[in-house]
Amino acid sequence: MSDAPLLEVAGLYKSYGAVPVLRGVDLHVGRGECLCIVGPSGSGKSTLLRCLNVLEPIENGRILFEGRDIARSTRREAPEIRRRIGMVFQNFELFRHLSALDNIVLAPQRVKGESLARARERARALLDKVHLPDKADAFPDELSGGQQQRVAIARALAMDPALMLYDEPTSALDPETVGEVLQVMQELAEEGMTSLVVTHEMGFARRAADRVVFMDDGSVVFAAPPETFFGRGADIPDRLTRFLSHLSH
Amino acid sequence: MNFWEFVLHYLSSERFVTAAGMTLLISLCSLAGGMLAGLVVALLQEVRFLPARILAVFYLWIFRGTPVMFQLIFAFNVLPSFGIVLSGFACAVLALSLNEGAYMAEIMRSGIRAVGAGQRQAARALGMRDMQLMRWVVLPQAMRIIVPPIGNQFIGMLKLSAIVSVIAVEELLLVANQAASSNFRYLEALSAAGIYYLAMTTVFMVLQALLEATLRRRGRPMQGGLLGRFLSATADGARVR
Repeated sequence: MSDAPLLEVAGLYKSYGAVPVLRGVDLHVGRGECLCIVGPSGSGKSTLLRCLNVLEPIENGRILFEGRDIARSTRREAPEIRRRIGMVFQNFELFRHLSALDNIVLAPQRVKGESLARARERARALLDKVHLPDKADAFPDELSGGQQQRVAIARALAMDPALMLYDEPTSALDPETVGEVLQVMQELAEEGMTSLVVTHEMGFARRAADRVVFMDDGSVVFAAPPETFFGRGADIPDRLTRFLSHLSH
Repeated sequence: MNFWEFVLHYLSSERFVTAAGMTLLISLCSLAGGMLAGLVVALLQEVRFLPARILAVFYLWIFRGTPVMFQLIFAFNVLPSFGIVLSGFACAVLALSLNEGAYMAEIMRSGIRAVGAGQRQAARALGMRDMQLMRWVVLPQAMRIIVPPIGNQFIGMLKLSAIVSVIAVEELLLVANQAASSNFRYLEALSAAGIYYLAMTTVFMVLQALLEATLRRRGRPMQGGLLGRFLSATADGARVR
């Protein structure tokens, strides 16, 4: 394994029309690292994830993923990059016409060309991994939010991504199902799955993150390991202190 | 012979059976052709390539903007002067398909649009290309949405097919009218034709209800025979509503 980070973002600039959303984001994620991105809403966290998955065009900057600049990939190249990057959405977005198992099977079978038997076998293993071994035949509307989100995680993992992006994965969940989703994410991170998590769950950031990143107003303000991030050191920026104190009230 | 004997005589006569078959065949072929044309036009409208979208709009403009009878007579009487000579049946299916395609396109497009942006994004995030996400994620969901309106279109098509009598295709209404004009037994001949129309539309309404119930079950394996399916389908429908 090389020392180069798996993902390196430099000077990323993005605007919607005249409104800048990301104003020069710098970020790097090493292999096996789990990063949590926190910050007030409107700070550009979700937009950053969408740019990383090539779902949004950017105006300026570089995104090096596995040593390759993906920021300006063409419409032909983008799908190949996305196969290497799993993404989990706030609203799960399971395919509503397919069972849990078939949601996981679809992309490996149709995109990667895996045989149905092999894709099914792996999908069952992934359902075990997200602690839903008996929900293979359930349809999305028969599952709770937390269960749907865990199937969505398994669906993303089925493509064997090198990086997982989570866009506020527990924000749409009932409080009682948040824990089961965070648990699965933490287990994956501990197994060495490189993860980038946009979240408001500070407890999760404290427990699972190798580093926590604070974004505000379209740029990275501060990044540090959790013990420093949530500590009371002199170098904590005022904005972060204010943000964290708002959350605790 | 009394009224019912005449009606029964017509119902079982070879001409009526053949004509009812012709009506059914024209309707089925035109519906299939219309769905195909509609799908192509709907997909053309989703494409980024501007000329494709212009072509689709042009098609809709022509076929929604002129009477279907005009299109039928045009196919039958004008195409031969361009060296395209088609049988009456072929003309009927061509004109009805292309006309139906314009309405099907709108139905299919509304179904395609009804599948949310989030579903497309999730498919894209898995590395699917536009064609793949259309085929595996959008269309299967759109199909469930458009079954009820397509069923209505089909029933409409069965009735609309009567107008192909203007190009002398031996469909049900033309044959009934001809039979009656030879002996002035209009009530009996038209009753027989009406019974055939009602029988065909009824069968398709039932088929449509079965299909809708099946799709609502989202492809779960079926148990039992047709009756079992119908019972579980209706039970399922009741539960959903």
